Amino acid sequence: MQIDARNVTCPKPVIMTLEALRSVPAGGTLEVLVNDEVALGNLTRLANDKGLKLLVEDEGDHKKMVMTVEGAAVDVSDAEAEAAQICVLPGSDLCATVVAFDKDVMGSGNDELGHILIKGLIYALAHGDKVPETALFYNGGARLTCEGSESVEDIQELERRGCRVLTCGTCLDFYGIRDQLQVGGVTNLYEIAQVITGQPGVMVI
Amino acid sequence: MADKIKLTKLAECAGCGAKVGAGTLASLLKGIDVHEDPNLLVGFDTADDAAVYKVTDDLAIVETLDFFPPIADDPYKYGAIAAANALSDVYAMGGEPKVALNIMAVPEDMPREVVHGILRGGYEKVYEAGASIVGGHSIFDEEPKYGLSVTGFVDPARMWTNDGAQAGDVLVYTKPLGIGVAVTAAKAELASDEVVSAAEDAMMALNRWPADVAQGFTVHGATDVTGFGVMGHVLEMANGADVSIDVDTGAFELLSDDVLAWARMGLLPAGMYRNRRYAEAYVDAADVDRALVDVLFCPETSGGLLFSVPADEADAFVAALKADDRVCCAEVVGTVAPADGDVRIRLH
Repeated sequence: MQIDARNVTCPKPVIMTLEALRSVPAGGTLEVLVNDEVALGNLTRLANDKGLKLLVEDEGDHKKMVMTVEGAAVDVSDAEAEAAQICVLPGSDLCATVVAFDKDVMGSGNDELGHILIKGLIYALAHGDKVPETALFYNGGARLTCEGSESVEDIQELERRGCRVLTCGTCLDFYGIRDQLQVGGVTNLYEIAQVITGQPGVMVI
Repeated sequence: MADKIKLTKLAECAGCGAKVGAGTLASLLKGIDVHEDPNLLVGFDTADDAAVYKVTDDLAIVETLDFFPPIADDPYKYGAIAAANALSDVYAMGGEPKVALNIMAVPEDMPREVVHGILRGGYEKVYEAGASIVGGHSIFDEEPKYGLSVTGFVDPARMWTNDGAQAGDVLVYTKPLGIGVAVTAAKAELASDEVVSAAEDAMMALNRWPADVAQGFTVHGATDVTGFGVMGHVLEMANGADVSIDVDTGAFELLSDDVLAWARMGLLPAGMYRNRRYAEAYVDAADVDRALVDVLFCPETSGGLLFSVPADEADAFVAALKADDRVCCAEVVGTVAPADGDVRIRLH
């Protein structure tokens, strides 16, 4: 088995090697390619720490580190293994709130102002510390998740962070914009009823 | 997005780990004329922490500048650490910071609240120091950077330099060791929240407090430990004063026992290797644990102050430092002896 840790900055080579070592059986060999002193030094320490036999071969512009597992297979602790899953999932961003958008403006009084406000609010929601568990879009609010809405990107960000984005299907059909939906899923009143009874807080914008 | 930006992921090197090695720096400056000025009391030639320029017989200004890429994920903490680190150079000279200028580079799409958080951290730390931020300059750059240029005052007669250590002194250090390793382990997602937060607290701690205590004692030499690591800064002290220094490696308080385990696993920043290459020839490591030696070579972003004080004042000095709860810790970590050959540092 060979891994390429060339041009990878510290501490990644250590993490990559730890991850790879998990699948090297007793007596097996792992080759790691490195091309800087830092990775070479750090991996040498790792090999010593894990009791591996280490040979370093010069291959021109890089070095090949051959690590042999002489005794039992290397024990990579859970913490180390977890860390080795370098793809880090964000912690929970969600708060137990449902936000309902019943029109494409915020508040009543002046729609021009309401339009600016809703755009700002959705941006703020998408980039805040926490995002709502669900965002519902119905009646005029259905336009916010469709083509032509200036908030599509922010709603996509909400969705990326784990917020469930749902737009009322009846409403999309009524306005004839079902084919213009850009983000989230389509829902019905039955599901909306479940959503609003399932969370302690529902905020109608 | 804002809360989940892992600021440190935007940084190629962490904190003072990004510092250009001392050897490289010297070679980069080679051949460039350095103008002399009789009022320049401390310039670049002694590799001291800050420049000191005499204004009148009892007043000199201390000038320093420091900035680096994110070392903490929390914007506020990053700002506060960068400020504590920049201010530290003034304290290491025995000075009092007065005014500071922000230096900042941020990606164009960085959320405003993140930028605001960094600045707030910087401002609050500067206020804690009793100084003011009076301006600054910022540019767009993919990798964020933040720091400060700080101007302070010092009485030239009471100024501390890094070349004043005398045989018979002891060295006292004021922060827990292992910041550089902990930051690297944090980047690898291996450090527990407790250790990361202990490292951040240590980095945010203002060196004003140990410096204030030290004003009541005889200080022959002082420096702050940062990018060159404990060993690099001890070496500067030894070279500057032409003495040799015995370091009691077991005396350092460690941030966490995990620090040594991480060092053994190879979670060491690139700066460790630069520092090691530069200083190794002057160090006799004897049979001290390799992991601990590595830690001593690691950059310590916003590290503590290292004082060289007469041995007979050491106990009282350490006791006074320990009595102030704003001082992280205080340990006698070495003794100063007359120069003895090429070896400047002996580890025990």
